[in-house]
Amino acid sequence: MKVKILCRNPDDYVRETKNDIQRVPRNYDPALHPFEVPREYTRALNAIKLDRIFAKPFVASLDGHRDGVHCLAKHFKSLSTIISGACNGELKVWNLMNRQCVRTLQAHTGFVRGLCSRFCGTSFFSVGDDKTIKQWKMESPSLEEQEQPIHTILGKTYLLASCASDRSIVLYDIRQATPLKKVIMDLRTNAICWNPLEAFMFTGANEDYNLYTFDMRDLDSPIMVHMDHVSAVLDVDYSPTGKEFVSASFDKSIRIFPASKGHSREVYHTKRMQHVMCVKWSADNKYILCGSDEMNIRLWKANASEKLGVLAPREKASLNYNQKLKEKFQHHPHIKRIARHRHLPKMIYNQSKELRIMREARRRKEQNRRKHSKPGSVPLVSEKKKHIVAVVN
Amino acid sequence: MAGRMEQQGQEKGLSSDLLCFGMEEEDLFQTEHILTASEDENDSDDERKHQKLLEAIGSLGDKKKKKLAERTEASLQVSEFTVSSEGANEKIELSDLLGTIKPSASSLKSVKKQLKIFEKTNQTLDLPVSKQQHEKIERTLAYEKTSKEVTKWNHTVAQNRKAEQLKFPLNEEPLTVKPMEERMAGWKARTPLEQEIFNLLHKNKQPLISPVLTAREQASLRAMSLQEAQERRAELQKARVLQSYYEARAKRAKRIKSKKFHKVMRRVWQKEILKQFEDLRKTNPEAALEELNKMEQTRMEERMTLRHQNSGKWAKSKVIMAKYDTEARNAIQKQLEKNKMLTTKVLVPSEGEDEVEAEMDRGDIVPDFVNNIETNKVANPWMLGRLSTDAKSSEVQEGEIATPVKVDVNEESDEGEKLSEDEALLQAFEERRRIRKERDGELAGSSIIVDQSKAEENVKSFDGEKKSTVPDNQGEKEEHLEEDLNEFNHLFQKFIQSKSKNLKKTRRKNKKVRTEKNKEGATVSEEREEPILDEQLERRRTMEEYETLGQDEGIDVGAASTLDTPQIIGNAVESANKSNPKAEVKKKQLINPKNVLMVTSKSIESPLVPTAIREENEEQEDQRMVIQEAFASDDVIDDFIKDKKRQIDAAKPKDIDLTLPGWGEWGGKGLKPSAKKRRRFRIKAAPPLPRKDQHLPNVIISEKRDISVAEHQVNQLPFPFSHQSQFEKSICAPIGKTWNTERATHKLTMPKIVTKMGTIIEPISEEDLLQNEKSMMAKVRRNPHKHRKVQQKKPFH
Repeated sequence: MKVKILCRNPDDYVRETKNDIQRVPRNYDPALHPFEVPREYTRALNAIKLDRIFAKPFVASLDGHRDGVHCLAKHFKSLSTIISGACNGELKVWNLMNRQCVRTLQAHTGFVRGLCSRFCGTSFFSVGDDKTIKQWKMESPSLEEQEQPIHTILGKTYLLASCASDRSIVLYDIRQATPLKKVIMDLRTNAICWNPLEAFMFTGANEDYNLYTFDMRDLDSPIMVHMDHVSAVLDVDYSPTGKEFVSASFDKSIRIFPASKGHSREVYHTKRMQHVMCVKWSADNKYILCGSDEMNIRLWKANASEKLGVLAPREKASLNYNQKLKEKFQHHPHIKRIARHRHLPKMIYNQSKELRIMREARRRKEQNRRKHSKPGSVPLVSEKKKHIVAVVN
Repeated sequence: MAGRMEQQGQEKGLSSDLLCFGMEEEDLFQTEHILTASEDENDSDDERKHQKLLEAIGSLGDKKKKKLAERTEASLQVSEFTVSSEGANEKIELSDLLGTIKPSASSLKSVKKQLKIFEKTNQTLDLPVSKQQHEKIERTLAYEKTSKEVTKWNHTVAQNRKAEQLKFPLNEEPLTVKPMEERMAGWKARTPLEQEIFNLLHKNKQPLISPVLTAREQASLRAMSLQEAQERRAELQKARVLQSYYEARAKRAKRIKSKKFHKVMRRVWQKEILKQFEDLRKTNPEAALEELNKMEQTRMEERMTLRHQNSGKWAKSKVIMAKYDTEARNAIQKQLEKNKMLTTKVLVPSEGEDEVEAEMDRGDIVPDFVNNIETNKVANPWMLGRLSTDAKSSEVQEGEIATPVKVDVNEESDEGEKLSEDEALLQAFEERRRIRKERDGELAGSSIIVDQSKAEENVKSFDGEKKSTVPDNQGEKEEHLEEDLNEFNHLFQKFIQSKSKNLKKTRRKNKKVRTEKNKEGATVSEEREEPILDEQLERRRTMEEYETLGQDEGIDVGAASTLDTPQIIGNAVESANKSNPKAEVKKKQLINPKNVLMVTSKSIESPLVPTAIREENEEQEDQRMVIQEAFASDDVIDDFIKDKKRQIDAAKPKDIDLTLPGWGEWGGKGLKPSAKKRRRFRIKAAPPLPRKDQHLPNVIISEKRDISVAEHQVNQLPFPFSHQSQFEKSICAPIGKTWNTERATHKLTMPKIVTKMGTIIEPISEEDLLQNEKSMMAKVRRNPHKHRKVQQKKPFH
């Protein structure tokens, strides 16, 4: 005889260990879970709000310099080490973990104009206003040797670009004796950074408040003009992923730009931060360092609302989900509005407003001029081409 | 000077440098000469000496002096060798140069020779470019070279840009267990224990470093690769599993006691065999012939022994029992059937026949039991369960021809109560036996297959009294009957609603007449096809199914339909022959109601309203007319009006029906909740608010827009999307855990960039590029067609 009974297999509902997540039987029938779009929309709205609520990017300030910080350099092998050079010729080596100065050197008389560390991480070079380049060991007291002073920014292994005060960007190949090409722009380019993932792209920070991204094969017009700053841009550095870069400006703020977008996604400023002279993106893509006129080095988070420290898997999953939701609904007006909202100091706010008005006026004037002159005599010049004076072979 | 020139010429082979150099030298000479002239004027004492010197110098080269005199003329190009191109565009010929060389200088002969040879080739060299120019050219070349070099990154950059996910650090090697050889490479036995072990290993000739295999193991490896071995093992395993599975199934099937099940199984099996036979016939006709012979053998045996005839002991007892027991009756039926099956002669296909032909008239070649199987298959309860619904729907669709026949059959079967079924059965037995005896006598040696059942039925149809030889399950029959009646009534009710009572009466009369008339036809149809009387009702239904599903089932169905069609036609012909006008009228009426409904609804809907409004419009404005003429073919206005009407209808609030069928009363198929209930649980919609475009005939103002919602909505198509529907789709697809499985969600919410905490991300380097290329090549080699997709997903592994 057969006896039919209700039976349940414990394997279906009992977890193996206490640490396992409870198995939840789910029915994915869409009829049972209606209103998916409105529900996800609400979640996205919440996510974006939380994102703004938790946006507290400032991590730490390193003080110790006795003059404005003029340049920064990353250690290529150690995440927690940075080197900074000040306007009084002082060099400091910092440990970011402890937020302490490890070593102080009086390297030059006058400004420290440039700093860079070697790829091996054993030593670093400094360039000063006293017409010397000095090489320093990373650890202990120094060994010095002297050469001709040049202001250079190291880029890829062979290719080199320099920006000079005659408003030009010059490309070099160090395997060849001659420079390759020169672009002359409206105003001086203050700094250049190569994209670490895209070998032929570089971005220049210009005096005319803009940044220009070039493809080195086509220097006639920049690929992208990044505009948001309201004063001269003094420094630029790419994130190690090559997707974004950070720029430091004379307008007392730093901005983060997506490499392929014309406007910034983030602006950082504090009341006490003065003109930002130099900026660096840390090699683990998590932090941004900026050195400013008022003698401090500041440490910021690259993602303002990111939680520091280790994330539990579920936490990570929910963050990913929120991120995707934000992306998905980014065009919806409410979400867009919240996501874009930033607080700005009065100075920058007014300045940007003024700039906008000026730009608009200029545009209008040009339009009128075009309207009242012979067709073709006032050509339409794109924003990209406008700022390039000449390209010299 | 000449010597130097010679040197130059020898060294560089009269390259462009020669000319350059020459010009410099010439300048030097010139200044010297001018100096001497001034001296000459100032110092009178040494004048004589000077004069001599000058003469001596002058005697050195006469020509030079001449040329010097000429030099006072302004000349662009002044040559050391006193040659100058006189005009602006004249070139210096080689002959001019040669002229300056003294014929006496023997050392210059070789140079002369060279020059002559050079003259013959007649090639002139370009002027060397200036230093600035030169550098500029170098720079451009260098730039071009570098930019070309940089383009090698193009692919990698593009890959990285479009990658769904980038994991930093890129190209990180996954953690793996390193092979033994690598571990062993830089290691030596030091401790005594280790040394001892190594000694042992050495003694056994165990190889220590790459590959860690003994000779025997290697040999075995060579004999069969690992993959092969695995495949073979998997095959064996699969075979074993299959075998055990089949065994278990056979065991289980064997234990099942249900006769019906076994019957069905047997039929399936028979069908299988038949199929095999068919295949065999196609592939190997000789083997098929043998099979046929075997069948013939069994037939002969059967005919000799008459084993399945009702002459046996068991059969006789059953016949007696049959009077009281339906099961016994069925058993006898079955046996008779089997007998018939065994004794039917199989037609041997002629050798020369084409295979195609053979297929075409398979009905002839295939032994009779094939047909039986088919019909039985339909009667099979499982199949019925599936197909009955289809049958019903097909009935509804078919309408005219099918329904009356069925109804008639039912009624006829009702009427067939007169004859007791048992008697009928017995009579049937006797009848059959008699016929068989006769036929055996007649057709003993004939090679033509005679469909016995058909013959029987024919015989039966001749004597009209034995109609209802239907030993049915009473319950079943009644059920079907009820259903059919229901349907029939339903049809008529519809009809009644639309038509007057007179017609109804006439129809009833007609119906009676028709049912009586069709009785005979129906009985014919019943008895013609089936030997198994059980499944009679069902079978007919399946026939109808066949009619509708016909094309799918192929030859079997073809046979069935050929059986069917004449019967139906016959019915029609009968009715026509009897020329009953009323019946015809009724038929028409049966068709009509639907049509009428359709027509009226159409007439209400479309043409009336638009025309009226159009006329108004025409009266209003002449311009309208012009436009209308212009777009006469488009019929824009009409479309617009229709559109508006549609929109108004769509915007109207609908009633909400909250009735729960089966709540407080019986529910089920074909049952509807009562009207009272429906009325009670219907929430009537409020009348719609007056539309804004109520009095504006030429405007549609959409009332859909909700301001409170609108502020949450996107009002411009965002950039990457090219069409609205695209964007909508992207929004509509949910990505959360609530709607997707865990894995899908994980995939959907995958972040674009993944970094590892505390690791330095190095800038991309030459090695990355190389690795990337290598991995790509490898992937291409492995699976060329999949390559692109894979690349997109994981560009760096």
